[in-house]
Amino acid sequence: MTDEDLYVDGDSARWAFGTGFTDPLHGVDQAVPESVDAEGLAACCLALGDDALVSAQRLAEWCTRAPELEEELALANIGLDLLGQARLLYSRAGQVDGTGRGEDAYAYFRDADDFRNVRLAELPCGDFAFTVARLLVLSVWRLAVCEALTAAPDPVLSAIAAKSVKELAYHRRYAAEWAVRLGGGTAESAGRMRAAWDALAPWLDELLTDRTAERLGAHPSAVAARTRAELSHVLAGAGLNRPGDAASRGTSASSMPGSGRDGAHTPQLAPLLAELQSVARAHPDASW
Amino acid sequence: MSATNKGDWPLYEVFVRGKRGLNHVHVGSLRAADDEMALRHARDLYTRRKEGVSIWAVRSDTIAASAPDEKDPFFAPSGDKVYRHPTFYDIPDDVPHM
Repeated sequence: MTDEDLYVDGDSARWAFGTGFTDPLHGVDQAVPESVDAEGLAACCLALGDDALVSAQRLAEWCTRAPELEEELALANIGLDLLGQARLLYSRAGQVDGTGRGEDAYAYFRDADDFRNVRLAELPCGDFAFTVARLLVLSVWRLAVCEALTAAPDPVLSAIAAKSVKELAYHRRYAAEWAVRLGGGTAESAGRMRAAWDALAPWLDELLTDRTAERLGAHPSAVAARTRAELSHVLAGAGLNRPGDAASRGTSASSMPGSGRDGAHTPQLAPLLAELQSVARAHPDASW
Repeated sequence: MSATNKGDWPLYEVFVRGKRGLNHVHVGSLRAADDEMALRHARDLYTRRKEGVSIWAVRSDTIAASAPDEKDPFFAPSGDKVYRHPTFYDIPDDVPHM
């Protein structure tokens, strides 16, 4: 089934509800404008697609394990949003990089060192506090990137970014609410939230210095400034900005060298991909 | 915050108004720690397929409900008042939508 089939609009009478779906790329010219560097565009789509796919897979790990049924569904919903973003970005990468590959080729038939996601996305789920903290960081940062990319010179990437902005704004709200709730909750929840921030602090610089989307309009310094400002706002609300907290110390002193953008990943990515890819690789001719 | 342990979260009833609906319709219930979380959960649980344009969430224990064993005193007396239904009028042919 193609995206076009999925997104048929009108014909409301066939459905009790759920009508009015819109194809985010409807009416968008798919040709790459001459002014755009195709290689850089493909690399950007791939990197942002990998961030989304790997994040979605980690969120999906909460299925059957979340603390409440309602939270499980919320995390799965967010994961599905990100999966949708990854699909569109992979499709665009395949159109632009000259290989003509489809989205499945990118998701299922590349190995860990071909992935370009930031390493924060691939770290194990940890506890609920770490999931919340990571989701907050990734959605605040990705939202800043995508908002800048709505003005990207490539109309397809611009349309994908516009669709993503609405989703990411909700993800940010979900994560910020929980961060404040846990940070201001019991001694146990606040301690876990603080530990989560400490655990992810070394991985922040990789995001804040990322230049993948720079030539398409997302300037690293502007993205970093906005990300830091929004995070410190939430951290203040969560009571996690006291002197000595990782969030207040800054992160450069302890940041992890290297970058997933160059294919240098933690050992945790390969097992994640093995689970994600096993069915597709066992049945390469299957369709779904 | 009082209700922080699993199982302590109060029950909420969720009402959703659809795009073509005129009023909010009860769609189900959920558990949440407070009103804000209840709205968020309602959004995630009950509007996944674009069912709604508006959500009400209200704590179940604030709803005054008629008791099942009072069904007869409550509802039976209206059962034989056939004159309360406007069925004794001749409708002229040129009145539409009746």
